[in-house]
Amino acid sequence: MRPWMARLALIPVLLWMVATLSFFLLRAVPGGPFDRERAPASREAEAALKARYHWDEPLWRQYERYLGNVIRGDLGPSLKYRDHSVNDLLGQTVPVSLSLGAMAFGVAIGLGIPLGALGALKRGGWADHAAAGLTLVGVCVPVFVLGPLLVLVFGLWLGWFPVALWGPWQNAVLPTLTLGLYFAARVARWMREGMLEVLRSPHVQTARAKGLSETAVILRHVVPVALVPVISYTGPMLADLLTGSFVVENVFQIPGTGAFFINSFFSRDYTMMMGMVLFYSVLLQVLNLMSDLLLRWVDPRIRS
Amino acid sequence: MIHSLVQQNALVRKTGVFCCLHWWAGLFESLRLGLSVRALGGVLIVGVWVLAGCSPLERADLVLHNGPEPETIDPQILTGQADGRIASALFEGLTRFNPTNGTAMPGLASHWEISSDGLTYLFFLRPEARWSTGEPIEANEVVWSWRRAVTPATAADYASQFFCIRKGRAIVNGELRDASQLGAEALDAHTVRVHLENPTPYFLELMASRVFFPVPQRAVERWGDHWIRAEPLPCSGPYQLLSWRVNDRFRLRRNPQYWDAAQVTAERIDILSGDNPSTALNLFLNGEVDLISDRKIIPGELGPELAARPDFHRFDYLGQDFIRFNTTRKPFQDARVRRAVAMALDRSRITAHITRMGERPSAAVTPAGTGGYQPPAGLSYDPATARRLLAEAGYPEGRGFPAIEYTFNVGSRIYEQTGVEIQSMLREHLGIRVELRPLEWKTYLTEMSALNYDFIRGSWVGDYDDPMTFLDCFLSDSGNNRTGWKDIRYDRLLQAAAAEADPQRRLGILREAETLLVVEAVPVTGLYSHVGLYAADPRKVGGIWPNRMDEHPFFSMRRIRP
Repeated sequence: MRPWMARLALIPVLLWMVATLSFFLLRAVPGGPFDRERAPASREAEAALKARYHWDEPLWRQYERYLGNVIRGDLGPSLKYRDHSVNDLLGQTVPVSLSLGAMAFGVAIGLGIPLGALGALKRGGWADHAAAGLTLVGVCVPVFVLGPLLVLVFGLWLGWFPVALWGPWQNAVLPTLTLGLYFAARVARWMREGMLEVLRSPHVQTARAKGLSETAVILRHVVPVALVPVISYTGPMLADLLTGSFVVENVFQIPGTGAFFINSFFSRDYTMMMGMVLFYSVLLQVLNLMSDLLLRWVDPRIRS
Repeated sequence: MIHSLVQQNALVRKTGVFCCLHWWAGLFESLRLGLSVRALGGVLIVGVWVLAGCSPLERADLVLHNGPEPETIDPQILTGQADGRIASALFEGLTRFNPTNGTAMPGLASHWEISSDGLTYLFFLRPEARWSTGEPIEANEVVWSWRRAVTPATAADYASQFFCIRKGRAIVNGELRDASQLGAEALDAHTVRVHLENPTPYFLELMASRVFFPVPQRAVERWGDHWIRAEPLPCSGPYQLLSWRVNDRFRLRRNPQYWDAAQVTAERIDILSGDNPSTALNLFLNGEVDLISDRKIIPGELGPELAARPDFHRFDYLGQDFIRFNTTRKPFQDARVRRAVAMALDRSRITAHITRMGERPSAAVTPAGTGGYQPPAGLSYDPATARRLLAEAGYPEGRGFPAIEYTFNVGSRIYEQTGVEIQSMLREHLGIRVELRPLEWKTYLTEMSALNYDFIRGSWVGDYDDPMTFLDCFLSDSGNNRTGWKDIRYDRLLQAAAAEADPQRRLGILREAETLLVVEAVPVTGLYSHVGLYAADPRKVGGIWPNRMDEHPFFSMRRIRP
């Protein structure tokens, strides 16, 4: 069996471990989803509510029930948003986060790779310094500063783009940039480091000695190898981007999944929190596997 | 492939974001990375497609920002203010709130008769009242809905509001299994008779509150817990539901079947959900939102500055912040210590420097003016007496006083700064050392209910305009008491007030009870009464007025056309 197939087979095991651990950890936290400032109308009503969600049963029985439902693809009712199931909430919000994340990924790759490559090729020159300055700013300015700043300039002052909400493409520009620029900066740094290392390596010298043009040397022999660190970073990065950013979605009031990562814990929405954890785990596993496969394909050293 | 797609899609070119993709596609393809580029390109194109698929939403006639996403909009289950606003756009009670002052006016019932002892109400429903789906709204549906609300299995938190109706308490408490024993009956298709336990001066206002809204029986029976997601949803209010996207918006359309549809002028309303105050303010300043209806979604730091603008409206609100003392453990077991702390607090320092919105400092629990009632002044700021009381309790100059903690919930700058202020006032006047104990919301609630605290921040928002909504929290058996304090005298006074038919005498008894609560026993001492705030440009939005109930009914709300 090939190693990647073994990893694929491991995913369900990992998911089971994640589900089990988070199920019991969540229950250990004080407070529950129905603890409110207003006490329940009566003990009877409180008991009825608990019975509805099977909390009157022993914990292991609830765990068994939960796992059974998850295997059937049912993540249960949301305990905070009582008119919705977790599947329904994920179904409504995941596509939004996915499309925002995909566009931000485009910005990260499309901007990061040329910027990093430029820095490495013009090492020490003004272009390198400019690129380095840009990436430094990109990495250092947190999204909760960059977002409002972009809104202030392009939304409120210039009026080019809407200040918030999700809708036609104009609405996506500022959040995409906010989310993408940080990752673009990181990609640029990985790319620059990778390029510099490869430019010094013997196979590049060989390629030059063969008489290849400089462009061909860069494109065929430098860039693919320099992409290796970028690609291995891509898996987790894409998972981060696709699952939605709490800050960006909050600042731009975008109906994605980001809010649930934080809020479902604070509201003790056990089922929603579990749904988010499982969703993130699946995505992370799959994307890691994909970036590994991509790496094997790009880098012959890994294949052998 | 990607070339052509990129070129075809003018949208992509317009954004500018994807310009470099074109060049990079060529580069990657020359690198034999075509496949992954196509995959990446595919993801991108799908992303753009999804966006392009969202056709630009036409602006609704009115756009409201409603604060956080509602937890539920089922009128009988909901508890949140944001939830209630949506429900009251879609449904209506036998009465509805008067938009100018928050009192009751005719709703689904065109008129009513009250017996001379104030114990029997006869409501006459409008024969023309219909659900948006066309079926008539009849008396037995009203009664059925109320039975649903009091049935413990429904687990309606507001079921306690039915305690004033005969047998209501027994059914909610599970002592009486048969919900049909509730003192409400349909005399014919359009008449509902209600028997009360006690004369309840605020009963007509209660009829306008959500838990009393009739719900569409057929839909609830058919869809069970999920009836609110039925399409089409039968609505009885000024608007009907077009679409609902979580954390985004509710889109409503005027309900032509609404009995008062002639008054409703906005054809479509968007109600946005979101919990970032700065974003809400940006949307409002940019003209994308016409009305911010939730105080919590207006940036707190800017409150005083914003309140001075003509498009921000400030009003006294039916809410109170206070401190609960844990009367079950030292040192607050001793009423003298509780009184000493209450008298060492200069509440005007909190309202002048921390809350800064013109809140009224108050040592009572009921905000002044609630239902025409004036609460006792409570224990006002008097450090000398406070020191004397503390000495009498055995802690002269605070010597020997145990280390105590002030617990509060995190999430607001105001609660934290209030804690610091309390800490410094108690050190200054009583020589007491206080540690601050900030807790996350759910932990805070759990610790408070478990009486695992020394003294703790508390607050309450009234459900109806009457002191009873504040005072019954501190009954011995109330789940909202959370101080460990039980006093049979207090319980008897509230019982006596409930049974009293004469309104003035009733308020007198309530005042006596509150005096016992905040002057004598002091398991709780007030800090300040809340101030409400909403944002609406009076040149753009009409039919909305500040009122202490913070009720802004949708039937009167309209957009003023230039």
